[in-house]
Amino acid sequence: MTDTLKPENADQLFDALQWAAAEGQSFDVRGHGSKLDFGRPMQAALGLDLSGLNAITAYEPSELYMTALAATPIADIKAALRQNNQQMAFEPPDMGMLYGGEQGGGSIGGAIACNLAGPRRVQVGAARDHFLGFHAVSGRGEVFKSGGTVVKNVTGFDLSKLLAGSFGTLAVMSHVTFKVMPAAEKTRTVLVPGLSDDQAMNAMAAAMGSSNDVSGAAHLPASAAARSGVSYVSGAGVAVTALRVEGPGPSVEHRCRALTALLNEFGEIEELHSKNSADLWQEIGDAGVFMEGDAAAGDSGTDQIWRLSVPPMDGAGVVERILGETGAETGGRVFYDWGGGLVWLGLKASPDASHEVVRGAVKPTGGLATLIRADAGVRRRVPVFEPQPGALGDLAKRVKGGFDPNGVLNPGRMVEGV
Amino acid sequence: MKMPEPDADVIARRQQIIKAMQAIVTGEGVITDADELRAYDHDGLMAYKALPLIVVLPETTEQVSAILKYCHDNSVKIVPRGAGTGLSGGALPLADAVTLGLGKFMKILDIDLANRAVVVQPGVTNLAITQAVLHEGFYYAPDPSSQIACSIGGNIAENAGGVHCLKYGLTTNNVLGIEMVLMSGEVVRLGGKHLDPGGYDLLGVATGSEGLLGVITEVTVRILRQPETARAMLIGFPSNESGGDCVAAVIGAGIIPGGMEMMDKLAIHATEDFVHAGYPLDVQALLIVELDGPEAEVNHLIEQVDAIAHQAGATYVRISQTEEERQVFWSGRKNAFPAVGRISPDYLCMDGTIPRGRLADVLNRITELSEKYDLRVANVFHAGDGNLHPLILFDANQSGELERAEGFGADILKYCVEVGGVLTGEHGVGIEKRDLMGEMFTEDDMKQQQRLKCAFDPDQLLNPGKVYPTLHRCAELGRMFVHEGKLPFPDIPRF
Repeated sequence: MTDTLKPENADQLFDALQWAAAEGQSFDVRGHGSKLDFGRPMQAALGLDLSGLNAITAYEPSELYMTALAATPIADIKAALRQNNQQMAFEPPDMGMLYGGEQGGGSIGGAIACNLAGPRRVQVGAARDHFLGFHAVSGRGEVFKSGGTVVKNVTGFDLSKLLAGSFGTLAVMSHVTFKVMPAAEKTRTVLVPGLSDDQAMNAMAAAMGSSNDVSGAAHLPASAAARSGVSYVSGAGVAVTALRVEGPGPSVEHRCRALTALLNEFGEIEELHSKNSADLWQEIGDAGVFMEGDAAAGDSGTDQIWRLSVPPMDGAGVVERILGETGAETGGRVFYDWGGGLVWLGLKASPDASHEVVRGAVKPTGGLATLIRADAGVRRRVPVFEPQPGALGDLAKRVKGGFDPNGVLNPGRMVEGV
Repeated sequence: MKMPEPDADVIARRQQIIKAMQAIVTGEGVITDADELRAYDHDGLMAYKALPLIVVLPETTEQVSAILKYCHDNSVKIVPRGAGTGLSGGALPLADAVTLGLGKFMKILDIDLANRAVVVQPGVTNLAITQAVLHEGFYYAPDPSSQIACSIGGNIAENAGGVHCLKYGLTTNNVLGIEMVLMSGEVVRLGGKHLDPGGYDLLGVATGSEGLLGVITEVTVRILRQPETARAMLIGFPSNESGGDCVAAVIGAGIIPGGMEMMDKLAIHATEDFVHAGYPLDVQALLIVELDGPEAEVNHLIEQVDAIAHQAGATYVRISQTEEERQVFWSGRKNAFPAVGRISPDYLCMDGTIPRGRLADVLNRITELSEKYDLRVANVFHAGDGNLHPLILFDANQSGELERAEGFGADILKYCVEVGGVLTGEHGVGIEKRDLMGEMFTEDDMKQQQRLKCAFDPDQLLNPGKVYPTLHRCAELGRMFVHEGKLPFPDIPRF
């Protein structure tokens, strides 16, 4: 266990980073540590535990924003928002199950640093799209800020976008400001049973391309559907394609009818209401329940999991190609979110995580593959994030150098040696 | 406005540079004649003009790459230019820089309805993207009021907004990918038809970077299905306060309209005289609220907004009954700038953003400043997201009026920052707000932003003199200033 520093406020955070910059120390930076296995294993000298930076410092419901210290628990933020009938529209997933930790954990800073997004990404974007501004300390040990509390803001470079998804490798955020949105009055989910993966891509494209404002489009092949905790889904006995609509009551009813009419040709349509609907989309966003192995069948559930971001219509084709080439028996651990544009794929463990096959299949689509779960040893050998060769990789290194030239922050978490 | 001192050495090499450019872009793509250069001597910020060294109009990514590589190797500055409609002087030429115009990049490359994406060249206008997919029932959501003329490449450079971004997001939320040429001539692709960025979100920082990081040569945007219906409401108020209250109350009730615009009395009268949209003339503030979606939803929300408006003290409410009437409601707002142009020889258009709750406060402050500077001001703004566009009326032919108008504008923007807002919501910093950056950012904030610039363009050849008031050399920015390192704890708990 490495020594860990635990600053209790932004000033102490500054002190710690000043010291580290001067002494050539390095930190592995964590909020609540719920996503430490996301990314490459780090080679830091010390831990930097931000869990003391925990408070909502500004919340203006009518201004649609909140400012919080970086390690404020997501759970606390959700509770505060619920009191005003609001939400974080990007639905930060709970990765507890996926990484075998506690559920209900995670901090707002962690969600932003990993640029997480749930099923609503297709409609409202990811954490990056809701992240308005921050205060941070760079790896140079300098305090800086960017953005503000308002949505429309083009004053200077949009460094919020850069810090979202930078996995703590550029700067340590002390305060984050993010958009909050009204929670929908009503939610319903239209279910289309029995579609093949290919048919499902078409059904989801038809729904997403309609004027029904679909806020979630996922396809669970039969073996994935069987793992759902929602009985209507697990009991279907076949694949289930799910489409979510949210909004004022009359509108939701109208759009469900319209979707049913639109998708009738694909099969018998069913609907999920309030709680069942909410549970299903939580499961889809968190992904864990569909990725776990079946212990009874001798499946340890420690398999390697890929998260593929591809053009939506390419989702099923990419999976078909990967499985064709690996010949892997997947144990049913594949499902599609974002209308086919996000593929969760669990493969049997192999020393190289079949990364050449996976990335070879994804590459022609222009998309990318992330090895979101594997043993530390595998994540050390196999690039976790899509490799960026040539000019792009060089550029990314120079960007890192501008914020953290001495490699103080999360060394090696995204790219080996950076 | 002080621009960087032109480099006499580069100007002396003009003929040599022209030859090199002509070798890359054959035909008529290199403009050197003073009369022809004059067409490029300003952008939408009319008050500032300068002749470029030359203008080059390439047609391919390879040409852009070769131009940038030559300029990089020979220390020649570049000013990228889209359609030249920008309002902050971001495309203002420099006497020692090549203006690189993207006006010949006019092709729509790929319409992919199943993936809801369109790939275009950067010179394609904002409106042309929508027109290319409208017959299929789709559209591109961000709609800056210059959409008929402004280019998508320029929209990305400025992170353009428009009346619909309250509900559908800004350019940054609607662009999926770009191809960009770095100052070194290297070509990178960021994003695509998929959603996640690989590695750092460089697409995110390129958006709104005002031509300081690279030259965009291809763009992928997401398109949306058109809503089933849209209806607009005209709501008149006896005071700015009641109008501002209504805006806050609508948002507070959980309603995100497709658009929510506000105009003050001078703007109402100017536009009504110009386009006869039927606006009420006996109100102090007018809101246009648009609700879109399925008819059931629109009708439901109109009832709610109507009730909120009356509660806030509205004295006038009209709801569009037909699509034509909805268009008429918008015609006034969309023509507000030219309408104001009719009642004054010149105007400056400001662009601050403020918290919605401070609308009335800021409007009152603007009224006070209007008296102080003895200049009229018409206010039109995207009220839903607190983005103000005060139009300061002046006459450039009257000695000192431009300076007075600029002083007035600067005071408005400073007040925006004071109440928790920002200097610019959608027009960019450019040269116009460059010297106000210190109102919002510390020296360290700006240095860190410029270090990002150094990663893209270490010699600072791309669009220098824009956005940042002080040009630091990258070597200087890269230096570390470290304190003698004793861990200044005991304060920090260790484990």
